Amino acid sequence: MSAPNKSYDPVEVTALHPDEVARVRADALAAIDAASSLEELKQVRLAHAGDRSPLALANREIGALPPHAKADAGKRVGGARRDVSEALKRRQAELEDERDQRVLVEEAVDVTLPWDRATRGARHPLTTIAERMTDVFVSMGFEIVEGPEVEAEWFNFDALNFPPAHPAREMQDTFFVESEESGLVLRTHTSPVQIRALLGRELPVYVVCAGKTFRTDELDATHSPVFHQMEGLVVDEGITMADLRGAIGAFVTGMFGEGLRTRFRPYYFPFTEPSAEVDMECFVCRGASAEPGGEPCRTCRSEGWIELGGCGMVNPRVLVACGVDPERYSGWAFGLGVERTLMFRHGVEDMHDMVEGDVRFTRAFGMEI
Amino acid sequence: MRVPISWLREYVELPPEVTARDVARELIAAGLEVETIDELGADLTGPIVVGRVLAIEELTGFKKPIRHCQVDVGNPEPQSIVCGATNFAEGDLVVVILPGGELPGGFKIGARKTYGRMSEGMICSERELGLGDGHEGILVLPPAYGAEPGQDAVELLQMRDDVLDIAITPDRGYTASIRGVARETATAFSVPFRDPAAEPPPVQAEDSYPASVADPAACARYVLREVQGLDPAAASPIWMTRRLQKCGVRSISLAVDVTNYLMLELGQPLHAWDRGKLQGPIVVRRAESGERMETLDHVERSLDPEDILITDESGPVNIAGVMGGLTTEVDEKSTDIVIEAAHFSAESIARTARRHKLHSDSSYRFERGVDPELQRKAADAAVRLLAELGGARILPGETNLRAPVEPVTITIRADHPDKVAGMTYGRDTVVRRLRDVGCEVSGDDVLTVTPPSWRPDLRDPNDLAEEVIRLEGYENIPARAPRSVAGRGLTPGQRLRRRAGRALAAAGYAEVLAYPFVSESDGDALQLPADDPRRRALRLANPLTGDEPLLRTTLLPGLFRALARNVGRGFGDVALFEIGLVYRPKFTSSGEAVPPPPRLPVDRGPTAEELAAIEAALPDQPVRVGAVLAGEHDLPGWWGAGRPANWADAIEAARIVAGEAGVELEVAADQHAPWHPGRCAALRVGDVLIGHAGELHPRVIKAFDLPPRTCAVELELTRLEPWAARVVPAPAITTYPVATQDVALIVPESVPAAEVEAALRAGVDRHGAADLLESIRLFDLYTGEQAGEGNKSLAYTLRFRAADRTLTVEETTGARDAAVAEAADRVGAVLRGG
Ligand SMILES: [Zn+2]
Repeated sequence: MSAPNKSYDPVEVTALHPDEVARVRADALAAIDAASSLEELKQVRLAHAGDRSPLALANREIGALPPHAKADAGKRVGGARRDVSEALKRRQAELEDERDQRVLVEEAVDVTLPWDRATRGARHPLTTIAERMTDVFVSMGFEIVEGPEVEAEWFNFDALNFPPAHPAREMQDTFFVESEESGLVLRTHTSPVQIRALLGRELPVYVVCAGKTFRTDELDATHSPVFHQMEGLVVDEGITMADLRGAIGAFVTGMFGEGLRTRFRPYYFPFTEPSAEVDMECFVCRGASAEPGGEPCRTCRSEGWIELGGCGMVNPRVLVACGVDPERYSGWAFGLGVERTLMFRHGVEDMHDMVEGDVRFTRAFGMEI
Repeated sequence: MRVPISWLREYVELPPEVTARDVARELIAAGLEVETIDELGADLTGPIVVGRVLAIEELTGFKKPIRHCQVDVGNPEPQSIVCGATNFAEGDLVVVILPGGELPGGFKIGARKTYGRMSEGMICSERELGLGDGHEGILVLPPAYGAEPGQDAVELLQMRDDVLDIAITPDRGYTASIRGVARETATAFSVPFRDPAAEPPPVQAEDSYPASVADPAACARYVLREVQGLDPAAASPIWMTRRLQKCGVRSISLAVDVTNYLMLELGQPLHAWDRGKLQGPIVVRRAESGERMETLDHVERSLDPEDILITDESGPVNIAGVMGGLTTEVDEKSTDIVIEAAHFSAESIARTARRHKLHSDSSYRFERGVDPELQRKAADAAVRLLAELGGARILPGETNLRAPVEPVTITIRADHPDKVAGMTYGRDTVVRRLRDVGCEVSGDDVLTVTPPSWRPDLRDPNDLAEEVIRLEGYENIPARAPRSVAGRGLTPGQRLRRRAGRALAAAGYAEVLAYPFVSESDGDALQLPADDPRRRALRLANPLTGDEPLLRTTLLPGLFRALARNVGRGFGDVALFEIGLVYRPKFTSSGEAVPPPPRLPVDRGPTAEELAAIEAALPDQPVRVGAVLAGEHDLPGWWGAGRPANWADAIEAARIVAGEAGVELEVAADQHAPWHPGRCAALRVGDVLIGHAGELHPRVIKAFDLPPRTCAVELELTRLEPWAARVVPAPAITTYPVATQDVALIVPESVPAAEVEAALRAGVDRHGAADLLESIRLFDLYTGEQAGEGNKSLAYTLRFRAADRTLTVEETTGARDAAVAEAADRVGAVLRGG
């Protein structure tokens, strides 16, 4: 060991010797690599990068060096300390990574465990399908109207051109509110709401109504004393059966999809004249089941057509009873059964399912239909 | 109306290749609802022949009588046939199916040994041949048929025919006849139609049986004819009985069969009396009150002053147009017959038929309108048939009473059908089609149209437009794209109902739609006090089941039944809701039922006063929402224990609904059936009662067979609608820090938590710090030693925050102290550990 300047501490000088710095650096890097846990690395950091570590001590010695040696030693020690610091950082990251990996593995759960803690609710499919049906009309600019379920006979029959004692009244088996002279019935159809709309609104009228209706039919697979209808009504200037066909076409497209044909068959309703029953092409087989050799179709019973509902041009007598001038205004009405629609659209086999309130049935349909 | 194609062809020149299916398709397109096509005899295979029973050997030793017969079937040797029926004798003519033949249902006939004898064929019953099921036993052919052994029985009995079954809409009364259907068929196929009622008989100078009409409004036409010397033994000919049978009418006697046959053919109901049983002149009049008579169905009926009667000196003999009486019935000895053909008031007949629940083929046709020019023709045809088939002598004279009938003419613009349909037909087509249906038409741009006598339904221009449009084909009407109109979307009330339904479904409730019919005992089952308004329900005059005659005033019974049904099916942890109307009858201030609504005219619009009078008579029908829940609200599982549904869940359901209307409910303890008196909350918004929620009364739970501790809520949604329309103002969101203060207050157990919270708020308010109070939340409830006997401890977190600054400790503690002081003041709260 040379001793160029006696005033300098020979020990400290040794610490700054290039070989010594290299050795200390190598020791430190080896210890860092060898650290197998964050705890060990903490000890290593203390020993090799702490205040009492050889490199820290060597760094402190630099000040005692003669000026010409300072830069050289400083560069050497500084480089070593930087290397050690970076190694520590790298190792720290590695060990933290390993720890995180381990902890995340340890924290793993069985995500296939069921979480059926709360019972599931649902809206009734008759409610949601009626909303969907009316909304097709709402999207065409119609407004939804309502009326009472216990209704005056005048609204339910007379104003709709059912003359007293006319056989047409017998077509609708009516619940009467006691006594028979009360003049009140459970509405047999949603059509009295047409009258209310014509009396209560400014012309023109573009409205749709859905609601409960009642007839004295015993509950069986296809009948219920309480059921639902939906009907649309338009009264405006220059309305024709062509408008009616167009609107029903738009409804069928909105409910059942594009490209389905509809057909009218002459029929009789007191409140429309002319009147028709409407069929739509089966949305499942599109008529193929009725062709020779076609696959059978459950939805339309292989008839190719599905009976949709009734419709017609508002009978001018109805307009008169509502104080509307039939010379100026004409209109159409279209109605259909909500239960029937749910049955053929969703393959419901039995009316009981819709009236009993069994949660299994309702839950299957969720919130929208 | 059943229509045999063979009968139809008699009056319509249909090309031979046209099938029943073709006819059905065209009639449907023309507006006749053909429901089914019965292909009679389609599954019969011959040989099926007439046989004469030559000899019968009774076989014994079997469980039932068995006959071994020798039957002449036109062969040199008789046929040996074993038969299990006994309603025939040697010499009778029967129908035999021979080996190789096949009966309906794929029943093949062969020669076989049975009961120890060879049987080479089978003697058939009506049922086996598919002719009908009116008679038991073997079909024995009447001698009148003039059948010969060996004759083809399929042809003889006209077993092969196609029969259309047509449902008749109330406006098409004329199609309740072969005549009417034939006319429509001829028009549909553009082929000639031969009208069976085309030529009325010559008018006769003298009267027949004496008659008078007391009320011409009840009876516009009254025709009587007479025959004498009818052979009572004369049987109806085969063509007549078979046609009746195919139309579903049973053959009874020649006189009755003739009236039924002509009713089917022409649409004119006829009645036949035994002349010898009538006493004195006939008077057509309304019944007098208290009058009674026994009708042909052996029912003694008390008559209404509105019923139209046919009477003689003995009193009522017929309920006109509905049913005859027993005293003048044609029987097996009748030789002198009076035939009646009339036109009665459709409305009157309809009321009478409904009143007596007596719907006959005759009343069916009168209700729908009978051709008022048909009576003389029909009566004439009847006496001719009786003469021809029964050897009767037609007496000269005809009673013919006619009230003047106002002729109907309709004025219609020639382009009116175009305007209804939305397409162009042109005047010529319109005129041609109107003439097709039998109208007389004159005029150019404006047409004067006289509908035919058989179409009383044609009254208005639109009725005529329909005739043109349907005959030109509904399928040819174009479709026009919908006009775009400016709609305003859903009303706030409509939105609220949808939102309430979605929110409850999201909270775990499944929707049900219960029937609104409830039982009289439900009031007791619900523990309602005697004077509870929910006991005052509307009653149906004709309920489906006698034990549910009332209309609901609350949704709960329906929900209870649905809940019990689900529990019964193995779903005990269940929550249900319903949104629907209840029906509350209106009463006057003195407690009387409100008067019924006025019957308004229909030839003008109602006045505002008239409408108000109707509305005043209707019951209140508010929208309610109800929910019930039972079992576990949170199910137990691997995560731990479950939590039973409780009263608080029911109140929470109410809050969910009110939340959709944007309001907070104020909760107060109440005692209200059907809830548990200690676990029932009244729910209000301000002064408005919205409903009740809580746990049900144990007796209600027992009465409806519900699970223990079932909870329920019922709200009047209509009362929340005003708030649903409100526009929600946006809150100001401040980012200054929150300052929280926790306080634990000891109060007597009887003090409701809502009052403690109200006091805390009031205290903060009085301190002038209401703006700073962000929320108060109860985070703990403790009862026990440290709270003291009869007390409870309520622990609240008060959160303060200012919009414009960080609050100082002094500010928040000051507000807290004021809150506590107010609570001490109002409810005697003591700060715990304070
Ligand atoms: Zn199909």
